[in-house]
Amino acid sequence: MITAALEEREHYLNASYGLKSWLLTKDHKRIALLYLGTITLFFALGGLFATMIRIELLTPQPDLVSSETYNKLFTMHGVIMVFLFLVPSIPATLGNFFLPIMIGAKDLAFPKLNLLSWYLLVAGGLCTLGAMFAGGVDTGWTFYTPYSSTYSNTYVIATALGIFIAGFSSILTGLNFIVTVHRMRAPGMTWFRLPLFVWSNYATSLIMVLGTPVLAVTILLVGCERLFHIGIFDPALGGDPVLFQHMFWFYSHPAVYIMVLPGMGVVSELVATFSRKRVFGYGFVAFSSVAIAVLGFLVWGHHLFVSGQSVYAGMVFSFLSYFVAVPSAIKVFNWTATLYKGSISYDTPMLYAFGFIGLFTMGGLTGLFLAALGIDVHVTDTYFVVAHFHYIMVGGTLMAYLGGMHYWWPKMTGRMYPEGWAKLSALVVFLGFNLTFFPQFVLGYLGMPRRYHVYPPEFQVLHVMSTAGASVLAVGYLMPLVYFLWSLRYGKLAPANPWGATGLEWQTSSPPPTHNFEEPPVVTHEAYDFAALLEEAQVG
Amino acid sequence: MASANPLALREQFDTAAQQKDASVLAMWIFLVTEIMFFGGLFLAYTAYRSFYPEVFGAASRTLSATIGAVNTAVLLTSSYTMVLAVRAAQKGSRKALIWFLILTMIFGTVFLGVKAYEWHEKFVEHHVPGPSFHLEGEPLQGQAQLFFSLYFAMTGLHALHMVVGMGIMTVMTWRAWLGRFNADYYTPIDVAGLYWHFVDVIWIFLFPLLYLIDRHVPK
Repeated sequence: MITAALEEREHYLNASYGLKSWLLTKDHKRIALLYLGTITLFFALGGLFATMIRIELLTPQPDLVSSETYNKLFTMHGVIMVFLFLVPSIPATLGNFFLPIMIGAKDLAFPKLNLLSWYLLVAGGLCTLGAMFAGGVDTGWTFYTPYSSTYSNTYVIATALGIFIAGFSSILTGLNFIVTVHRMRAPGMTWFRLPLFVWSNYATSLIMVLGTPVLAVTILLVGCERLFHIGIFDPALGGDPVLFQHMFWFYSHPAVYIMVLPGMGVVSELVATFSRKRVFGYGFVAFSSVAIAVLGFLVWGHHLFVSGQSVYAGMVFSFLSYFVAVPSAIKVFNWTATLYKGSISYDTPMLYAFGFIGLFTMGGLTGLFLAALGIDVHVTDTYFVVAHFHYIMVGGTLMAYLGGMHYWWPKMTGRMYPEGWAKLSALVVFLGFNLTFFPQFVLGYLGMPRRYHVYPPEFQVLHVMSTAGASVLAVGYLMPLVYFLWSLRYGKLAPANPWGATGLEWQTSSPPPTHNFEEPPVVTHEAYDFAALLEEAQVG
Repeated sequence: MASANPLALREQFDTAAQQKDASVLAMWIFLVTEIMFFGGLFLAYTAYRSFYPEVFGAASRTLSATIGAVNTAVLLTSSYTMVLAVRAAQKGSRKALIWFLILTMIFGTVFLGVKAYEWHEKFVEHHVPGPSFHLEGEPLQGQAQLFFSLYFAMTGLHALHMVVGMGIMTVMTWRAWLGRFNADYYTPIDVAGLYWHFVDVIWIFLFPLLYLIDRHVPK
């Protein structure tokens, strides 16, 4: 009976049917789902490569693959996970879906551009995958010259072209978000009433718009170098390979913040909702996102401590890298302070948020080890670095992404997921993650270099632990995939506001109508104003 | 709100003013991305210019400052006619708009023609990076080649933007011909103008960097 009622009400999913209504849609919510499907596939593929890497590393000898194949495996794992999964992950799915709704807009400012950016990601992805099936690429996801210019005989140009195209997808998304936040806010939605998820996506967009073009021109130069041997990065002609590293990290360090800032935004939403409190120090948390975006552009040199950069430059970059930890720490402290005397409920999204806070803190603190000039020399290019950035990208971003998916799933689909299974998945992911990556800190500190598949036998125990953890992690990731799909048909129907959350997205029906709101919303109070929500409920 | 084309207000916007503001802001942000894009090349140029100042000076002196200056004047004039086109659109004068757009395209074509002539000269003089590259009396051929690699990358990318700009101008002229713009709705002309001026400004930086620095040093 209730199902019949749902079927009758028109919403964005049943407004029109057919493949064309999806492939030519201008609705930001449908485009978000297109992105969701696409990046899930990329994640599965990147995960497959990770699995092969971990299986190979079970033993100290090469047994599953040759050295060349191993090089290709970790390269493709990195390329797919960074450029095709993590960079678009939260902004292009959750951001695309919720940013317009959260500010009370009918859509993004440029819906066609939004659709174009999805096609660009698909085109870039196909190009990269094409290169992979043709034979792969072995330079590492960083494409350092001269590996990528003089010495590689693999499909560098096709892969780089794919990243170049996917980069424009990210530029257009960033541009669309910035204009939308500036120009499309509902009446009464002032800057300091914006949910923190919007602030963090805004900061992310700034980085996308400022950083990605530099990656594009860098890739273009590597392409010219390979095709015409123009010498920009070739010492034989007076060029300098280190210039590539500067230009690459000028984008790719800020890109780390492209990956983690939206996750921080998700966690701010989750912590507020499940503590039933306004985020402590809202203004500080909002501005720390912008501060991270700005400072993130000034620290790229910490990737070049051992690349022949001057000591003075190294010292400045070291200092600035410590400095960028301040706004990140502000966020962690403020989330914790929000919990204080909050009325906390341990629903699945909150479990993921807790996971994020813990793992991100560890990832961030080990980042400070790496920002210290002396320690960095010891652990450069070891598993310590690998563990550090996986704590940020997987322990941070992916936890937040999953937390956000659980939190907003009822709104996106109109169905609840099974809470018991979901709680179990959060636990399995957390345990599996730590078992996979904590041993890698130890391995790296003991001297295990990254990107090698042959290693001294005394490292085997730690490698076996890591591989075992990866298997647990894989189970943890498969669980949501299964029960999310299951819930689409069998899940309980979701009410408009299952969590008792504030925010405009919870004031419209689940799933929302095509134009997001039946009546254009007018905002009258601050974000996370639970008292006002309670009052309205009593009056209503 | 009187508009020649009532469909010009897209459904995600509430008012025409909001739509215009959004379009103009989007173009400014796009231009920022362009600055970062060219910025990579400017960085490479600056780095190598400071590594090899003498070689870059010698290579730079083979370019004709006169031709470069004439071309700069041509391009600045095209920006002037573009401003007049936007002015004509503001006043809702369709005929003037079309003529100024066409004039802008003519100046743009002249610029590209001169540029093509300069590139042709490089082929004749063996100044194109590659196996047949040779710069008279320069012991550091690799470094000299680096200058010309950057020269071609920077002027090539700039010319590509000019070609895109010509495409935009053609579409704008066509739409102006169809009477799509009036004094209340001319955002596309405004935004196209921003792009055209930006491409001009890039050249204002390229010209001194490539043609003028160290020109006074006697050889």
